[in-house]
Amino acid sequence: MRMELIQPFINAADAVFAESLQAPTKIVDLEMDQEAYRRKGVAALIAIKGDIEGRVILDLSPEVALKVASQLAGTEVVASEQVVRETVCEMANMVIGNSVTLLNDQGFHFKVFPPEIHMEETGLAGSADTEALVICIETPCGNVYVNIAMHYLHRRRKERNTVPALD
Amino acid sequence: MKQFAALLRKDNQPVRYLVVDDSVFARKNLIKMIEMFGGEVAGEAGDGLTAIAEFNRITPDIVLMDITMPQMEGIEAVERIVRQHPTARIVMVSSVGYQENILAALQKGAKHFVQKPVKPEVLYEILRYVLSDDPNAVGSPVAFAGEHRS
Repeated sequence: MRMELIQPFINAADAVFAESLQAPTKIVDLEMDQEAYRRKGVAALIAIKGDIEGRVILDLSPEVALKVASQLAGTEVVASEQVVRETVCEMANMVIGNSVTLLNDQGFHFKVFPPEIHMEETGLAGSADTEALVICIETPCGNVYVNIAMHYLHRRRKERNTVPALD
Repeated sequence: MKQFAALLRKDNQPVRYLVVDDSVFARKNLIKMIEMFGGEVAGEAGDGLTAIAEFNRITPDIVLMDITMPQMEGIEAVERIVRQHPTARIVMVSSVGYQENILAALQKGAKHFVQKPVKPEVLYEILRYVLSDDPNAVGSPVAFAGEHRS
């Protein structure tokens, strides 16, 4: 787990929610997770590939998403699956955008893929073999979860090369 | 809610905005701020191509333009709009704020850049600056309505 790669995402998630909601937020829980990610609400998964690789999952309940949407629109929004999806997507885009800005200005280059929204009961594919950090951010609209798994690509290649072949 | 003096055109009419973002949610957020600043939303678009068509149709005073959008991205839309309308005032609004992106947008003719999440007070100052940027433009210098709106 490379904290220098994870930290920009933690900082961005906290700042994006605090600034968007114009209210204080608090990181109330932080834990390592090596299991397949179990979604708590509606999850947006964003993959990153390049000098660093991994994925970030932003996860919030539909109720929290609707409260966030209403806060940002400045008026009560009509509850719908579309609004929930839009809200989770846009918040995820902002968190990723702010994080990659920091990393890009540090000289890392990578491609950010559009968010995939997961609302079904199935687990999140491709997250089972990844050590991730899960944080819970307490906001006035409710709790928001961010699951971050990130590594250096060149390091991984180097590690692969040092492992003796089995055949 | 924070109060702002209305940003008005030289003729004391509300500044007319075109809001371009593929996220309805993001557009609503910007529209809320425009209303806080006493502006009028003349049009909305969800991609660069529609933004060009809408610009030609409504000739807004200011365009707020996202960068990453389907069909045509914001930077290309800026280039095409500015080519046709050299005095167009376009402010980029994006969550991705690294220098390459900002420079590319400015080189294509955008007037300013603001990173999401947009703080109303930051956007307000940028709009004031952009509206006062061109002495021949309709909306400058920025006039204040003298009343505070919530």
